[in-house]
Amino acid sequence: MAEEKEFEPIIVGFFCNWCTATAADLAGTLRMQYPANIRPIRTMCSGSVDPVYVLRALLGGADGVIVGGCTPGDCHYVSGNYKARRRMSILKTVLNTLGLEDDRVWIKWISAAEGAKFARIMNEVTESVKKLGPNPIGKDWSI
Amino acid sequence: MERYAILPIGKQGVLGTVRQFLASLLEKKLVDALLVPLELPTRDNVVPTIVSNPEQVQAANPLAPVMPVNAARLVSRITMVSPSPDRLGVVLRPCELRALVELVKLKQASLEKLLLIGIDCHGTYPVDDYGKFVKESSSPTEDFLNRVREGKDDPLLRKACQTCEYPVPMGADLTIGLFGANLEKGIVLVAGTPEGEKVIQELGLEAIETEERQPAIAKLIEERAGKREELLKQTQEEIRGLDKLMAALATCINCHNCKTVCPLCYCKECFFDSPVFEFEAEKYLGWAKRKGALRMPNDTLLFHLTRLNHMVISCVGCGLCTEACPNDIPVSDIFRLVGHQVQKTFDYVPGRNLDEELPLTTFKEEELPEIGM
Repeated sequence: MAEEKEFEPIIVGFFCNWCTATAADLAGTLRMQYPANIRPIRTMCSGSVDPVYVLRALLGGADGVIVGGCTPGDCHYVSGNYKARRRMSILKTVLNTLGLEDDRVWIKWISAAEGAKFARIMNEVTESVKKLGPNPIGKDWSI
Repeated sequence: MERYAILPIGKQGVLGTVRQFLASLLEKKLVDALLVPLELPTRDNVVPTIVSNPEQVQAANPLAPVMPVNAARLVSRITMVSPSPDRLGVVLRPCELRALVELVKLKQASLEKLLLIGIDCHGTYPVDDYGKFVKESSSPTEDFLNRVREGKDDPLLRKACQTCEYPVPMGADLTIGLFGANLEKGIVLVAGTPEGEKVIQELGLEAIETEERQPAIAKLIEERAGKREELLKQTQEEIRGLDKLMAALATCINCHNCKTVCPLCYCKECFFDSPVFEFEAEKYLGWAKRKGALRMPNDTLLFHLTRLNHMVISCVGCGLCTEACPNDIPVSDIFRLVGHQVQKTFDYVPGRNLDEELPLTTFKEEELPEIGM
């Protein structure tokens, strides 16, 4: 009998152009590995990530979503990262209140200089989502 | 500090007294026009109307237990392009006033030159039930107030109203006070602002003290809050979890009526009506292939979850979304449940205070540790 394949989640990453996306580049330049499960999408600011995009990913079959923004005080647009945190807080509260899995949504602050932190967090997120297993909403035809 | 005056009720009755008061605002030029619900000639509904002729105020009926639209939308419509050039009195229920405050914060309305006249709200019936109620009664408004006075539960009241813990207008210049008032004798007129006090002075009304109003309000709020707790608990049992949630939304046909009537959904073009949600055929077939099947119209859950994310922080619980749903989805109950949690996170009560910033337009450097950044 064929060995059962390990669950490989699909995780959509929305990374801010100025910090987290640059950190991803840096991780690559430093030859640091991060899981291929992450599907990065570069955005101009974490504050520009409307919850609808996160929901779109989750309902469309992604097993997890991570939003990455600048560290406190470093937002290229002054306060987009703080506002992103409030948006994601509301999103998680909405999901949690309705009994949907809010722990598939992450928001992290990773600066342009933190290539190692980027790789570490992507590993952590991937491990967590693997433990959660496949996202049931993504498979539901009736949503 | 609130100040009270009395509007004595003569043989013209409660409604007649309110009409007389509104007419006197126009006659004494304290306002140039009023936005107030008027009884239609057929009498089976009341509709918000801009009235400038005092005689036509004789058809006004802000006490009729029905709210076909949330009039905050209409104040937004009137003052959106430019503020009112003349003094406009707007007669609003508490949820309409709260929605208006939210719309002002969202830069969708202007309070300039407005006189905010709130009414103590006993709640409203669905529009069609009100139509039936009117046919069965010769003086429906008085009958309704009598029902209220008897203090029994009124099953005709909309669920949103039965469970509304904000029956008193917040931030009104003047409030037509019914709670705790002896309606055989007089209506209490409450001045909440210097603007309101000025009107009371100009009208030469007798200032009074009232001991009954605050306890009556406290009692009503306690009752309503109890019912709200029951509603939240029951809603949670009914919709929590993907299966139950989808069962609740099963009959959604993506008509977006709930969005259309929502006083807070202000976008000129909704994301969901935009080309962002127009796809090539191969997309639909691709989704169907991956999942095995695809419900059409698609994205019903996405629509409701997104609207919750965008609007629930400002949801005043007027309940018109549920009224507008052709398939009786308890949209408002879901918004009440989620709104309760989200608003609690930011200690925010929509429409409580014009000076409180919208939670999504501001932030604190240290907050929300549970997000785990």
